[in-house]
Parts: sequence; structure tokens; C-alpha cells
Amino acid sequence: MNAATLIKRLPSRIERYSPALLLAAALLIYIAIALSLGLTRFLTPEAAISILNRSIALGMTAVGQTFAILVGSIDLSVAHLISASAVVSSAIMNGDPAMMVPAVLVVLLMGALVGTLNGLMITRLEVNPLIATLGMALVIQGCLASFHGKFGGSVPDAFQFFAYGVVLGLPFSLMVLTLVVVGAWVVLRFTRFGSNVYSVGGNRDTARAAGIKTDRVVIASHILCSLCASLAGLYLASRLKSGSPWIGTEGAYDLESIAVVVIGGTILSGGKGGIWGTVAGVIIFSLIDSIFNLAGVDAFAKQVMRGIIIVAAVAFYAVRSKRIVA
Amino acid sequence: MSTPSPAIEMRGITKSFPGVKALKGVSFSAYPGEVHALAGENGAGKSTLMKILSGVYRLDGGAVIAGGEERLFTHPLDAIRAGIAVIYQEFSLLPERTVAQNIFLGREPTRFGLVDHAAMNREARRVLSLFGSAHRIEADTVVADLDVASQQLVEIAKAVSLDARVIVMDEPTAALNEAECEVLFGLVDTLKKRGVAIIYITHRMREITRLADRVTVLKDGETAASFDHVPEPDVIVRAMVGRDIGDFYAAPATPQEIGDVVLSVRNAGNERLTNITLDLRAGEIVGFAGLQGAGRVALAQAIFGFSPFTEGEVKLAGKPALFTSPRYAIRAGIGLLPGDRKAEGLVLMQSVTDNGMLTARALSALAGKADATPFASTDQMDGLLQDLDVRAGSFSQEIKALSGGNQQKAIVARWLALAPRLLIFIEPTRGIDVNAKAGIYHLMRDLARKGTAIMMISSDLPEVLGAADRLLVMRAGELVATFERGVSEADVMLAATGEEAVAA
Repeated sequence: MNAATLIKRLPSRIERYSPALLLAAALLIYIAIALSLGLTRFLTPEAAISILNRSIALGMTAVGQTFAILVGSIDLSVAHLISASAVVSSAIMNGDPAMMVPAVLVVLLMGALVGTLNGLMITRLEVNPLIATLGMALVIQGCLASFHGKFGGSVPDAFQFFAYGVVLGLPFSLMVLTLVVVGAWVVLRFTRFGSNVYSVGGNRDTARAAGIKTDRVVIASHILCSLCASLAGLYLASRLKSGSPWIGTEGAYDLESIAVVVIGGTILSGGKGGIWGTVAGVIIFSLIDSIFNLAGVDAFAKQVMRGIIIVAAVAFYAVRSKRIVA
Repeated sequence: MSTPSPAIEMRGITKSFPGVKALKGVSFSAYPGEVHALAGENGAGKSTLMKILSGVYRLDGGAVIAGGEERLFTHPLDAIRAGIAVIYQEFSLLPERTVAQNIFLGREPTRFGLVDHAAMNREARRVLSLFGSAHRIEADTVVADLDVASQQLVEIAKAVSLDARVIVMDEPTAALNEAECEVLFGLVDTLKKRGVAIIYITHRMREITRLADRVTVLKDGETAASFDHVPEPDVIVRAMVGRDIGDFYAAPATPQEIGDVVLSVRNAGNERLTNITLDLRAGEIVGFAGLQGAGRVALAQAIFGFSPFTEGEVKLAGKPALFTSPRYAIRAGIGLLPGDRKAEGLVLMQSVTDNGMLTARALSALAGKADATPFASTDQMDGLLQDLDVRAGSFSQEIKALSGGNQQKAIVARWLALAPRLLIFIEPTRGIDVNAKAGIYHLMRDLARKGTAIMMISSDLPEVLGAADRLLVMRAGELVATFERGVSEADVMLAATGEEAVAA
């Protein structure tokens, strides 16, 4: 190990932990503001849980988006799929607890179908992922618009346990999200499929030459991405007690899920990054929200600052990675 | 070496790409326990043939026979399952993944369905130990942190770990120094003893003599010669080039033809270059040799204003010429033909004429009026393309359908339209077939005779030695040696590598 390789290594190590550094910075700012305003009740474990709880839907979507981006693709249809999942589930349940299981199954099936179609368009028809998933988003939106009104529907009380239930003192939804995150981590770290996601995202030709069926990996990643979005839709239906066809787009889950993945250090061209970075990205986002709330920043200014923070974070990574090449 | 049935046999393989017939009925076989060298110039079809064998490309015609039966490989996985492993020339490693992850790409060892990282690292270490203790590579290092030679060795380890019956090595020594080459040669001997059939692609005679049992030479997508023994190097070279070296390269410049200094650089440098001092004269072709990353392309880009010099003095025809943008360099009379034609030189979807007009148009826009250059009309461009003997169905067809040689000539036409004082050629014949290569050399000489100074950067050492009047060698961002015409390949390599071998 000579000095040259050591110097070369150092920045890549720093870069690896930069989502954690960003997270620490956001946490410090939050604590500093809370202390300086004397609002210590915002520093309790309950406050921490409520901060996390605010990002359940974004967290679920972002876990899926991590797969899409890691494999070298992207999914812009998640927001509309979230709306569709919320609307369809509440329409099927229509207040009847007996319909809960069928509704969940239908919604997840719908998610799998959307993911498969996205994946097929991207691999077999070789449509650019941005266009393919944007087209899918429009199709879903159109279907929702034409069907909406025919479906009323609401969620039975029992289903609201998903969003409001508490188990062992922790929100049930937070436990589901944790399960999804750990599951995704295991898949990426410990399965051959997970390795293939990194390989295909890193260099599709290399992966193919190594004997990997790259199309399947891309399609499977999109299915996982859409399933996560559907799960987020179910959660939102449970939380809001009925589905609304705007729920996904109002939350800007498409752009926000991409933003947190990138802030989490996963590079947009794929092949590098991981689930813990995305988790850090989600927490950073909800901390930023909390900071703005504490500091009483007005809603429009908040939007502007979020935009600036996203661009700054992406630029930060772009500059960093360039320095390593040089 | 006469085992009854070959491990792999390819019969009458044909393959076409848009605008070029890459293989025209090539047959090739390799027996267990032999090294069959596949030689040929760049663009002769060696890599294409191997990509068909490995399932990356699908053949148009012919047959691949492995293990006694005909196989149709539609995916590299089919070839891997048939026991064929390839060490690719361009690295097929993932820089962000570890050495072990790269070696076991797509076939990670699993335990209860989960990837067993410990077993993977252990197995990787076992494979890497084949290289001996001289070159230690840690299994859990990220590939981006390795130097180029180590990356090449990982690439080799990847193929070896497949336990393949046939291993293709596509110019495996390109990035290796002497000692590392010996490690590789030892490995080839070991594999051979184990009964592996090895297809060894190279154009280095030394390696053929050292390793091969049989030699096949490809030229222009055809089998030029096939030997059941290893013939004298000059026999192989003649088959590769297919003509007398004498008229393959154009005659050198006579002292009368070499004129005034066009570009003079004094003590110039930037981030990647130090203390560059050189003179380029009208009528002279100056070759630049050096290893990958030695700074030759950086020098061209500095002169061209792409990544400018930050210190020193540059004069073009006596006037200060520290250009900060290619626009200014072009306006002052410098042209550059990039090494990667498709990515940097051409607008593939536009016509031949449009590609020829690219710079003239850009420049007239810069000057603000359409007639700012003599080549504002497409008729004149078509005339120039004709003069350069660009072969196309029509000059209004998309340039991507043309062969590499004709594309290169169209780029030359682009610069000729501006009557440049200095033309920089980077890898001028990469991916161009042999006969067209000769055409490019003669074209360069013609341009020089008309008074242009020519800077020629090429990684193909025989080519620089044959085409240039003077040879400058670079190493680690500096000019380290100047040679007159007639210097030996060995002397240049010595200067290029320095005393101790330099990796990356």
C-alpha cells in the first residue's frame, strides 16, 4: 500500500460517508434551532418518532426508487401509481373490513403490472426510462381521471391501523417501513439479484458479457420500485381514510423520491449507492421540514429552499466524484 | 499437439456492421492444451471474431462448434455455459465494486440463497494467488483504487476463475510491464498444462514466439494466413500488413520539404503537463509516442485550447497562441482530429456533407457572416470530399453508414476547408482497415507536402515509426526523448516506460 493509492483512497472514503455527514449537519442545525428557541419538547424521543413518521410514504417510495436508479433507470410514474393505489384500494374496500385483503392484493398486483410494463418498455422497446415512465404516469393519470367519481369508497376503521396503529409503543407504519428498508438492504447486499442490480447499473455491457440477463434485472428492479409505490399508496389511503386521485402528485413523490435517493449518495447513472444512503436522505428531508417549521419559514420560501438544497446536494456529489477521477 | 477434436471450432464466420463487412468467412479452431495466436492489425476483425465466440455479437453466417456440437450463442451466458471465457481488451470491470465482486460477477457464491461474502473473498484470494506474491491484490479492494496493471490482472483472474475449457485473451499485456507479463506467461503455461485451449490475440511478435503453438493471421476480415507452427516474425508481419512495408507508409519528408516553424512551445505546462518545449515545422509529420496517460492527448488538447496551458509561451507562426478555447485555436489555423471518431468527431445522423461543413459553419457563425470562410457552399465541400476520395453512395447519406476510413477522410475534409497551418491527428487509423490505413498515411503526407505541420499521436508504435519524420516520446506529462526516423521500437518503449515500469 503505497502513499499514492492511499491518497487516492481517502476521498472515496469521505464520499462514502457524506450522506451521514449531511445527516449529522441537518441534525445539528435542528438541535441548535430547537435549543436556541428554547423548544426542548422538540428534542424528545416522541418528537424524533413524529419526524420519522412524517416520511413514511416518501420512505417507502424512495426505497423502490433506489432500485430503479441503482439499476441505471429511473421511475417518474411513482406519484401517479401512489394515487391509483390509494383510490383503487379505498374503492374496493368501500368500508368493508372483509375486503381489506383482496384490496391489498389487487393493489400490489396493479403495482407489479405497472412495474413490469415500465421494465418491458425500457428493455424490449428500448424506450428511454424518463419517457417510458412519464408516459406510464400519463396513462395512469388518464385512467384515474376517467374512473374517478364512479368510485367513491372509503377505508374501514380496521385498515387505519396501518397508519395509526401502535405496537409496543412504536407506530405500526414505521415498523413496516423499517421492514421494507431492511428487506431491501438484504436483497441488495446479500442476494445475487442485488449484485446484479449494481452490475447492470454500473455497466450494462460488462454485466451482459459476464452472463447476466440484464433485461430481467431491469424489469425486476422496476417491479420492486412500483410495488413500493403501491405500498405507499395503501399507507396514504389508510392515513387519509379514503383515496384521492391527487394524493401522489400533491406530495410530489416522484421528484422527492428521486431527490432523497440522490442526496443519499446513489448516483443517477446507476451502479453506486445503497439503501442506507436513501434512508439518510429521507431523514434529512424530514429534518429540513422540521427545521423550517421550527424556524417558522413560510410555505413558499420553504419550497424554494428545498429546491436549492436538492440542487446543491447533487452538485456537491458531482464535484466530488469529478475530483476523484482527476 | 494433435488431440483428436478441437475444444472450439468456428467455420466460415461472417459478420457485417452498417457500412463495414467485419468478417468474411473466417474459420478458426483451438485444441485443448494449445495456444493458438490470433494476429492482425487493428481493425482486422480479431475482436469481432472473439465477440462472436463469446456471444456478445450474433453471427450472420457460419457455425460455432463447441464440445462436438453446433451452438448458437445468443447471449454471453450461452458461451460461458459452453466453457468459453474471455479477457476483454477494453476493461469490463465495474470500478465501484470490489475485486472479489468483479471476479464473481453474476455468479456470486451463495449459501441458503444469500451471497456468501466470506466464501467469495476466500475464493477470490485463491484465484489471485495464481499471480504469486510478486503482485498482491486484496480481494476486498474497490477496483477504482487499483492501478491499471492490477486491473488487468483482475480481469484475467475473472476469466481463470470460470474454469473454462477455452480462454480468449485479447491483447492481455497492453497495460502490463515486463515482470507482470512474465507472470501472465507463466499462467498461460499452467493453463495449457491443464488442457485449456487458449486463444491469444496480439500483434506483438515477441509474445507469439514465446507462447504460441499455432498462428492465424487475420486481415480485413479474412484469414490471411494460418500456420501449424510459429513462423519467423517477418512472415507473420507480411501476412498482417499484406504488402511491402515500403509503400504502406508514404515516403518521408526530404530536408527541402521541411519548412519554417509553425508552432513553437516554450516551457509550457498545466495540471497534467510540465515543461513542454517543442517546435513543429511546416511539411513535417511529428509522431508522439508514449504509454496510455503519458500526456500526449493532454498536450494536443492544450495546444488546441481545450484544456489550455497555464504557463509558458506558445507561438503560432510567430504570434502568441495561448488559446483558451478551441474556437480561437481553429480561427488561428489549428485543426484536431479526435481519437474517438464516433463519440468526438462525427455527428453520426447527419450527412457526409454536413459533417464536412461542421467547423466551417460554426466558424462563419462565429464571424457573423455566411461568407466568412471559403467553404460556405456545399458544392465546394462535395468537391473536396471527391478529391479526398471519400467513398459514399451519396454525400447526402448519413455518415454513420460509411467505413471508418471514409469517415476519417470526411473529418480531414472538414479541416482542409479551413486551410489549417497545423493539424493534430489523434489515433488517426483506429478501427480503420489496413488498406484504408495506407490511404490515411499518404493523405497525411500530401497535407504535409502542401505545407501543413502535422502532429500525429498514436498508440500503434509501428505506425508512428513508419509514418512520422520525427518522434517525440512523452512520459508522465513530460517530453522525455526525441528520435529521428529509423529508431527501433525497443528504444522508444524504453524511453516511454522509463527505467522502472510505470503503471497508470
